[in-house]
Parts: sequence; structure tokens; C-alpha cells
Amino acid sequence: MAAQLQFRDVTLGYDRHPAVHHLSGEVAPGALLAIVGPNGAGKSTLFRGIVGILKPLAGSIITGGLNIRDIAYLPQTTDIDRSFPISVFDLVGTGLWRSTGFFGGMGKVEREKIAQALAAVGLNGFENRTIGTLSGGQMQRMLFARVLLQDARLIVLDEPFNAIDTRTSADLLALVRHWHAEKRTVLAALHDMDLVRANFPETLLLARGKVAWGATADVLSADNLLEARRMCEAFDDSAAACAVGDMPSRAA
Amino acid sequence: MIYDALVAPFTEFEFMRRALAAVIALALGGAPIGVFLMLRRMSLVGDAMAHAILPGAAIGFLLSGLNLFAMTTGGLIAGFTVAILAGVVSRTTELKEDASLATFYLVSLALGVTIVSIKGTNIDLLHVLFGNILAMDDQTLLVIAFNATITMIVLAVIYRPLVIESVDPVFLRTVSRAGAPAHLAFLALVVINLVNGFHALGTLLAVGLMILPAGIARFWSRDITGMICIAVASAIVSGYAGLVLSFQTGLPSGPAIILVAAVLYVGSVVFGSVSGLFRQIFPGRHLEA
Repeated sequence: MAAQLQFRDVTLGYDRHPAVHHLSGEVAPGALLAIVGPNGAGKSTLFRGIVGILKPLAGSIITGGLNIRDIAYLPQTTDIDRSFPISVFDLVGTGLWRSTGFFGGMGKVEREKIAQALAAVGLNGFENRTIGTLSGGQMQRMLFARVLLQDARLIVLDEPFNAIDTRTSADLLALVRHWHAEKRTVLAALHDMDLVRANFPETLLLARGKVAWGATADVLSADNLLEARRMCEAFDDSAAACAVGDMPSRAA
Repeated sequence: MIYDALVAPFTEFEFMRRALAAVIALALGGAPIGVFLMLRRMSLVGDAMAHAILPGAAIGFLLSGLNLFAMTTGGLIAGFTVAILAGVVSRTTELKEDASLATFYLVSLALGVTIVSIKGTNIDLLHVLFGNILAMDDQTLLVIAFNATITMIVLAVIYRPLVIESVDPVFLRTVSRAGAPAHLAFLALVVINLVNGFHALGTLLAVGLMILPAGIARFWSRDITGMICIAVASAIVSGYAGLVLSFQTGLPSGPAIILVAAVLYVGSVVFGSVSGLFRQIFPGRHLEA
């Protein structure tokens, strides 16, 4: 089967400094892939590249036949303006953008879908609350409900269980497993190694470059984790241009 | 007695009826834009843009005197130029929109004052700075009504992406490419409504009927639809009451309208049902759950 996601020697970064350096590899359709690595390893940057809001400095990311509407992205620190006067119901409803677009009405079917999504994350009764009144865990539940509604083939979750109590993360993890069972491709950046070992069959250990990628048990070996930890976080301001592959190829 | 004070000015004088029609049109177009400016934390951007339209209007004035279409066109061109340049600079570089706008509007304002001073009298300058809502001719009234209509239509078209971009811009970027066009269309609406306000209230107060009603609405509703309705209503009330006040006391009408809005604003700050001072000082007993 053709890969859902292909990294072709991709380098992503900011101001010419690479945050993900020469990454190659493939994600199969329906994969449940954990991406782990120290802070500054490039996990979030890689996700920004996948969803198309950051253009590669070199190389390319091929999303096999996926439209941007087929990708659901839950960023780590959402830029959500929590003071904005919008209800939980309306915000979750934006997840239906794919079917409603600019003008599509919110009919009975849509309202039913939103109600089901809210029920699935345990937020019944929160419909009319403004988003500013939610706690951190409730906020994350709401965003998961929106991901549910997006009905995407590729789901990208950036540290989805950070600063969330165990019950909420257990509930949300059940959703992730459910998506996996539905043959959706799920990528999640995570820090909790026990959680990764218990739930994710495949892992990419990232430390700017690829340290290891494969079956979780093999990837999360003591040696690999030690190697990842040695990664230097700081950009080198006087770094020379990268010579790998000569000129950066700007394949689309 | 009450009839004489509140209704008679409008039944007896055509210029008062025209002025009332103008403020209603300004309210319908400008107040919803003001609500979005406030929610997007761009209130002062509106003010900056108001100054940015000055050189365009001034060039129009320089070329053809107090000519409506020359000044409107000039104002629109100058406003769009500054809005687009500032938008492009902030979206392509790391400079934030407020910073890039500040640069462009200051240049614009300097240019505008220079141009007016080349060929203007003090009366012209007063007209440019404070508008003249009591001297609405047919053409001006039509331009204002036309702009207000365009505003409501375009706002209806971009409403959904604009709301999503305001509350969660990253999400919109990942599901649609409508964010940037919606933002630019919104800036265009800001310019159009400033030019509208410019004719009635002048360059210094043009933004007043956009921002003050939005501020008032924030204190009475937690819901954006409610806010927009309250903003429009309070803009119309301010316009009407300001005109009456101006008629009865001889105060200049533009400032009178804004001052009435300011009184409503202060009242809202004190008594508003959403986070008003009174509510905060006397919140009532806490609830059970």
C-alpha cells in the first residue's frame, strides 16, 4: 500500500537553522506512531511541516493524496483566544468546516454530530458555556471533540496529554485507540515513555535528526534514549551552510 | 414639550433627517466592524487607519476642492494601500501588524497634513478633521448608504472564516486558505467604514462610532451575535441623541454624537451585566455549584 506520509530528506527550520535535519522515512496508512525526543528535538516543527504551515528549507513531505482538509492538527500550545465570545458548541462546530465551509448551514444533522462529539469527550452540558470558562483539561477535551468532527484520515496530536489529569488523559487515549481501530493514521508527540510503550506500536525517536524509527520496544532502548539526550539544543549562529546533498533541493 | 425636544427637529428640518439617516447607515456598517476590531485587539488599528486615509482625501481635495468623489476615492486608495502594505509586511516578516501599521500611518498622516497645508484654509482643515454631518447632500448620503450595504454583504460572506481566524488562527490555516483573504477583506471593510465616518465625523472622530459602541457591547453580552446587535443599537442611539443634543444646545454635532456614546460607555463600565464595576463590587452570594 502506498505510504500515507513520506519524508524525503526533509529539513525544516527557522531562519535557515534546521530544527528537523535531513529526515527520511515513511508512515503507512493506519499507523499509530509516537514521536518522542527531548525538548527542542523538532517534534512540533515536524508537525507544522506535515500540516503545511511551515515550508521545508530543503527536501519535501509527501502527503499521499491528502487534501489539507483530510488532516486534523492539534497543536501543543493552541493560539486560541480564550477571551473570544464563542460557545463550546460553536467552537467544536468549526470542526465541520470540511462539510460546511463558508456558508453551509448548521442543520439537525450537524447539531446531532456536534452533540455526539461532545458526549464522546464527556462534555455534555457544556454546549452553551463560553470557552473562556473551561479548565485546561476541559479545553483539551473540547479540542479532541473538534478533531473527532474533522473526520480526518491523518490526525496529528502535539503533546496532547500535557498538564492533564490521569482520568482525562485515559479518556482521550481511548479516543486515540478508537481512531487507530478505524484505520486512521495517528501521529502523536509524547513525553511519557510508559504511555508510549503501552499504547503505540511504532515510534520515531527524534533529536533534530532521526535517532531511531521502528517498533517501539526497539526504538526506546537505553542507548537510543541516551544518544537523543546528547543533542545540542542551541542553534549555532556561526554555523556554515549544510553541505549534505550539495545544494538544498526545493522539491515541492 | 417632549415631542418638541426629541421629534420636532427631525420633522421640521430636512438636514436633521438626512443627518439621522447618515448616522443610522454609519451604525449599521461601522458598529459590527468595530466589534471585530475590538475582539481582534485591533481597536487602535482602526484609529491608525483613520489617519492613514488622510493623505488620499487630501490629494483628492488638492486636485478638485471639496469634491465628494475625489476625496472618497483618494481616501479609499490611501487606506487600502496602507492596509495592504501593513498586512503584507506583518504576514511575510516577523514584524507584528500593529508595529508595521504604526510606521505606515505616521508617514501617511505627515503626508496628509503637508498636502492640506499646501492649499487649504482653516475651514477646509476643520471640515477634514471633524466632518460635517449636518450638511449631507444626496450624493454623500448615497455614498454612505452604499458603503454600509457593501459592508454588511461582505461581512456576511467572510463572517465564518473571520470568526474562526479571530479565535483560532492556526486551526483555520490548517483547514482552509481563507484566512488571509478574509483578513484582507476585513481590513478593506475597515477602510470603507472609515471613509464613511470621515464624511460625517471627520478624520479624528471617524473611528468613534465604530469603537465606542463595540466597547459598550462588551459589557452587556458574552455572545458575539448579541454584541453586534447591542453595538449597532447603541451606535444608533448615540447618533440620534447626539443630533438632538447638538440641535438643542448648538454643540458641534460630530463631537456631540461621540460624547453621547462616551456617556453610554461610562454607564456600561459601571453598570454592565458582564464584568461591570457594580457587578464586581456587589457580586451577590456565591452559588452552590
